[in-house]
Amino acid sequence: MMEAFKRIVKWGLKNFWRNGWLSTATISIMILTLLVITVLLMVNVVANAVLENLENKIDISVYFKLQTPEEDVLAAKTQLEKLAEVESIDYTSQNQALLNFREKHKDNPVLLQSLDELETNPLEASLNIKAKETSQYASINQFLESVHYKDIIDKVNYMQNKGVIEKLSKIITDIKTIGLMVSLLLAVIVFLVTFNAIRLAIYSSREEINVMRLVGASNWFIRGPFIIEGLMYGIISTIITLILLYPTFYFASSKISGFLPIGDLFSYFKANLLSLFFLLLGVGLVLGTFSSFIAVRKYLKD
Amino acid sequence: MIEFKNVSKFYDDCAALDKVTFSIKPKEFVCIVGRSGAGKTTLLKLLLKEEEPSEGEVIVDSRNVGELKKHDIPLYRRKIGSIFQDFKLLPNKNAYENIAFAMEAAGKTEEEIAIDVPQILNLVELNSKANNFPAQLSGGEKQRVAIGRALVHKPDILMADEPTGNLDPLHTWDIIRLLCRINELGTTVILATHDREIINALSKRVISFDRGSLVRDEENGRYIV
Repeated sequence: MMEAFKRIVKWGLKNFWRNGWLSTATISIMILTLLVITVLLMVNVVANAVLENLENKIDISVYFKLQTPEEDVLAAKTQLEKLAEVESIDYTSQNQALLNFREKHKDNPVLLQSLDELETNPLEASLNIKAKETSQYASINQFLESVHYKDIIDKVNYMQNKGVIEKLSKIITDIKTIGLMVSLLLAVIVFLVTFNAIRLAIYSSREEINVMRLVGASNWFIRGPFIIEGLMYGIISTIITLILLYPTFYFASSKISGFLPIGDLFSYFKANLLSLFFLLLGVGLVLGTFSSFIAVRKYLKD
Repeated sequence: MIEFKNVSKFYDDCAALDKVTFSIKPKEFVCIVGRSGAGKTTLLKLLLKEEEPSEGEVIVDSRNVGELKKHDIPLYRRKIGSIFQDFKLLPNKNAYENIAFAMEAAGKTEEEIAIDVPQILNLVELNSKANNFPAQLSGGEKQRVAIGRALVHKPDILMADEPTGNLDPLHTWDIIRLLCRINELGTTVILATHDREIINALSKRVISFDRGSLVRDEENGRYIV
C-alpha cells in the first residue's frame, strides 16, 4: 500500500517535469484564474467600503414641536430604538441645537444678534435616525407618521430626502447584485477554462492510460499520478500568484488610496495575506484535483 | 481453461461475432485466423474484458468474465499478457522501465523488480538495449519489449493480436519463435493473425473466422479462407 502510494507520488512528480510545456501552460491559466479571483475579491472590498461610506451619510431627522417636553422626546427615542430597523439614534436637545447653530454661524454677527434678541430658543429638538439598511427608511418613516406622534412631531425630513434616499438605495442594491453576477460569471468562465486546460493535458496521456489498463494497473494507480499533477498545478500557481500580487498591491495601493475611504489597500492585503493564501490554495487545489479526477474518469470507463 | 459459449457481439446492428462456441485447453497454442473484420480483435477484446458480449458467456478458469467485479478486473488482466500490432509501449519510458512499470502497477516491491526485469530482458534477448527508449528500437525489438512486459506477471495466457503486422519477415520469425518458446515454457498462447505463411508453417490448432462466424476449427490446420 505504502509502496503504491510512493510510486503514485513519484510518477506524478515525474510526469509533471516531463510534461514541462503542458504544466507551464496549465499553471499559467490557473494563475490567471487566481488573479481574477483576487481582483474580484479586492473590488468587492473596495466597493463595499465605498457603499458603506455612502450609506453612512444617509439618515432621517425628526424635528419636535417647540413646546414638546423633553421627556416626550426621550420617550419617542426609546420607542424608536426598539425598532428592528434602527441602527442608532442621536438626540439633539433644543439647547444643543442652539449651541450648534451659534457655532456654525459664529462668523455671521447679524444672525447671532437677531438670535440674541429673541427671548426664547427658536430651535427645535431633533432625533437623528440611522437605519441598518437604506431600504428601511420608509418603514421608519411610517412608524413616525402613526397617530401617536402626530401631535409632537413638527416635521420629518424624510419626505424632502425621500427621492434621493430611494435612488441611492436602488443604486446600492443594483451595484451589489451586478457585482455578484459579474463575479459569478467570471468565476464560472475561469473554472471552465482551467478545467479544459487540465483535460487537454490528460487527453495527451490517453494512450498511456490505455497501456496502464492493459498491464493490469488498478484505477487508483492510474488516476493517482494525474491527481498529484493537479495538486502540483494548484500549489505552484498559488505561490506564483501571491508573488505577482505582492508588488502589484504595493504600487497600486499608493495610486488609488487617495480617493478610497478604506485607507491603505496594501496593508489590507498584507493583513489578509495568510487567509488569501489559504483561499487561493483551496481554489487551486480544488480546481487542479477535481479537474484531473473528472478528466481521467473519462478514460477509466471500466 | 478458456471457453466461449454461444458468444455474439453486435455493434449497432452489425454482428462482429455471431454465436461463437469453442474452448482452449491449458498450454495450447491456438491461431485465430481470418481477414480483417472477421472478428479476431473483437474476440480478444471480449477475452480482456475491454468489451462485454451482447449474448453468451466467456469463461476463463471456470469464472464467468462478464460477472467480474470492477476492482477484480485489473487482477484478472494480469493473468492475461497481451501484445499488439502497434506494440503499445510507453514512449517516455525506456525498455527496462516499460517492463518494470507493469510490475510497479501490480504493486511488486523494488527488490522483485530488480530481480525479475533483467531475467525477462534476457528471455526476450534485449539485455543490451535495456536503456533504449522505444523510438531508438527497431520494430522487432519493440515487440520483444512488449512481450517481455506481457510476461512479467507470469500470465497463464499470452494473447497476441497481429503481433507481426508491422514487422519485416526476419523479425516476424523472431517473434513467432519467441512465442513458441513461451508456449513450451507452459503458457497458453493465442495468436490472431492473417499471415498465411506463419499459419501454414506453424501447423498448430487453427480456428478460422469469416464475417463474425467460426467457420473451421482444426488441429494442424492451414490457412484456408
